[in-house]
Amino acid sequence: MKMPEPDQSVIARRATIAAKLRRIVGYEWVIDNEAERRPYESDGLTAYSALPLLVVLPQSTEEVRQILIYCRQENIKLVPRGSGTSLSGGALPLEDGILLTTARMNRIIEVDPDDRIARVQPGVQNIRVTEAVRHLGLCYMPDPSSQVISTIGGNVAENSGGVHCLKYGVTSNHVTGLEAVLMSGDVVRLGGDFLGGTEQDFDLTAGLIGSEGLLAVITEISLRLVPQPPSARVLSLGFRSADDASRCVGAIIAHGIIPAGLEFMDKKCIGAVSAYVGDITKPDVEAMLLCELDGPAVEVDSLIAMVESIARDIGLAELQISTTEEERDRLWRGRKAVYGAMGRVARDLYVTDGSIPRGKLPEILKRIDELSKKHGLDYANCFHAGDGNLHPVILFDAAKPQDLSKAEAFGADILTACIDLGGVLTGEHGVGVEKRDLMTHQFTDIDLAQQQRLKCAFDPYELLNPGKVFPTPCRCGEFGRPRANSRSRPFSDIPRF
Amino acid sequence: MPSAAPHRLTPNHIDDVAEIVREANTACRRCEIIGGGTKRSLGNPVDADLQLDLSAIAGVEMYEPEELVLKVRAATPVSHIRQVLAKRNQQLAFEPPQYAALFGNCTAEDTIGGIVACNLSGPRRILSGSVRDAVLGIEAVNGRGETFKGGGRTVKNVTGYDIPRILTGSFGVLAAITSITLKIHPAPAQEVTLVLTGLSDTEAIQVLSGALRMPLDISAAVHLSGRLSAAVTAVRLEGFAESVAARANELRKYLQKMGAVTSMAGDGSSAFWRRQRDLSDFAADPAACVWRLLLPVNKAAQVVAAIRGEVLYDWGGSQIFIKMSVEGTQSQATSLRTLAGEVGGSACLFKAPAALRLDLGTFQPRPRAYQELAERIRASFDPNSVLNPGKLAVVSRGAA
Repeated sequence: MKMPEPDQSVIARRATIAAKLRRIVGYEWVIDNEAERRPYESDGLTAYSALPLLVVLPQSTEEVRQILIYCRQENIKLVPRGSGTSLSGGALPLEDGILLTTARMNRIIEVDPDDRIARVQPGVQNIRVTEAVRHLGLCYMPDPSSQVISTIGGNVAENSGGVHCLKYGVTSNHVTGLEAVLMSGDVVRLGGDFLGGTEQDFDLTAGLIGSEGLLAVITEISLRLVPQPPSARVLSLGFRSADDASRCVGAIIAHGIIPAGLEFMDKKCIGAVSAYVGDITKPDVEAMLLCELDGPAVEVDSLIAMVESIARDIGLAELQISTTEEERDRLWRGRKAVYGAMGRVARDLYVTDGSIPRGKLPEILKRIDELSKKHGLDYANCFHAGDGNLHPVILFDAAKPQDLSKAEAFGADILTACIDLGGVLTGEHGVGVEKRDLMTHQFTDIDLAQQQRLKCAFDPYELLNPGKVFPTPCRCGEFGRPRANSRSRPFSDIPRF
Repeated sequence: MPSAAPHRLTPNHIDDVAEIVREANTACRRCEIIGGGTKRSLGNPVDADLQLDLSAIAGVEMYEPEELVLKVRAATPVSHIRQVLAKRNQQLAFEPPQYAALFGNCTAEDTIGGIVACNLSGPRRILSGSVRDAVLGIEAVNGRGETFKGGGRTVKNVTGYDIPRILTGSFGVLAAITSITLKIHPAPAQEVTLVLTGLSDTEAIQVLSGALRMPLDISAAVHLSGRLSAAVTAVRLEGFAESVAARANELRKYLQKMGAVTSMAGDGSSAFWRRQRDLSDFAADPAACVWRLLLPVNKAAQVVAAIRGEVLYDWGGSQIFIKMSVEGTQSQATSLRTLAGEVGGSACLFKAPAALRLDLGTFQPRPRAYQELAERIRASFDPNSVLNPGKLAVVSRGAA
């Protein structure tokens, strides 16, 4: 995985740069000591690490603005970071780059119960938003599994999903406004603190959501809140084959039911979890679906009956339905324990993230199985079946030579198979460095050039998170800056007849 | 300023669209993009010498009801899409408005491309999200005449920048949209609407805010201000019979505190919401102007109180349409924009004669940093300002 060559002249100036940054944020909020920089050397993609030049912890939009202006003046690269839970290397540091972490920008600024909006700083952990508005009967719905740690800023940068996003939408469906700082030092306020904030005119918020730290540093986010569903119940459906489970997924959707959650676990996941927390299902169950339905009690009870009927028509090996909150938690524990459980089964795990049309589930499962044999590595399947977002977990041993590259090759093959089946490289983890070199499988040169030009419009200096998302550098200079007077005739020296 | 009547080209094929735009770059032509032609007057007047008529780029390309996905050519009429989906008990959850009559084009049809380009959503936006939340993928021709795509057909997709959502609401200045892939939802079996009359704007917004905090899955919430006729505050519930009945019970108990509650169901209810969705009451007055305000609901009543005109509050109060005369528009434009801006929102001169839009501008003025960023983005798609130049006025002309 090639990253940009570090600029040694910048590295040589570490002490001067630290001193300048300390004048902006205060002495203690710039980390230059090597041992103290080490905890930041990788994010959730632990196979890759790099020690950042310095770590800086601003507290306000103004401090972020001054840091960015300074970096632009000195041509210093910058990598933004929330909690560093990215699974694609989005917050992987650069040796010659400043790591800007939002850890101190952790205030919930305002909660507006009338507009049902929470305005927060980017360093606020996802779960804290719901905690802060629960007393109003409201909640913040996007719930990536990292939500206890991952920050709203990070969620916005990756356009995070989570179990609930099939019914409620992903992060971008919940952001009504943003404040962001560009590398130029310009601070832009986009959208508004109300429903419809992003529908006012030529709205630019969409450009930033999912932009993986390449376009701007986001310094404030306005989030849409929804009423807490009064009732939530889950069905644990055990099937005798992965095929049966896949067909059940399609059947539920085809009946016009949009569950609040629909998760798939294969035999290996089930086995690992059972060894970890105790048996979660009967031995003849080859695949499980966890189907959560939420809403008013009368609706939930009715939908539970419908889903049970659909599942029975396909053929169930086992059925468990929660009737209390405790039972619901117990049934979910199995799914939530998957990664912890897999960690005991293999030395190292590589979690991938591709998206396919739901109907292609049986086909992709077959292909993953074939690829497992081709690459000689074991795997487990656990994913958001309702929206076709896969998370195959590849098991390997980094101590074995070639195992990491085998795992990556296996992962890359899974993702290209997703594209072949009408899907995409990444459903929620982002491209980062992990999938960067696969972008040409999904996009033509023109598609990529169009996206790169967007980068140039936001960050023509190419200082924000270089080496991520796109396989080749932006080279903004080659695209040419837009003409100041757009009414001037192009190619004015060419004769016309 | 347009001199001779613009030449109109009607390509039959997407490749021809790209060819026309490429030619326009070389020949320094300025194109106005036309779909159904219903909303040409939404936005600042376009300064064009060529009309790029995309009406032949229409039709369903792919519809998989069990996958909840639809791909259509951009000039497919919204009414046609509604019909196709209704046959399978499905819908576009964002309830696209059909503004043809409002803009005085009764024989024309709103197209999905126009709805997406203008980022317009109906009353159900409060529950199911906006058109932008339903767009999964877009194919288009950029200002350079290059055919490109963004997004795809899956609900979960964070591969690269969110081009489809950037194009949504870009008013044709970034690209000529040729195909759109949309998320589809099941259509509800039943609907019921509960109504209160005679509330003041402040009371109505308070009631609606309270109702929208309740876990009732309210799918529409409007207030028709009682300036010329009795005030009407209406809330819609949709779903299957048992669920609707139970929730309506709970909602009724809450609304009863404010007065007598009446209800509409079935065709009566759906006809009422079609009228609100399409601003039919405002369409009846062809000479009038219409403003569209977007701002926080807790400031809505106070902003509107200072303005003369007929008022419709949608989305629980954050989307407000105000009808007034041309003279009323001229005298109140500045204060409207100031008031809306002060509370962090905006006032858009949604419908007005061209001369008035040229004079006052359609959109809320924005700070310099935003304008410059918007212009850089626009230029990255269309460096020679070939597509809809002038539509966004300040952005298109690059002036700060």
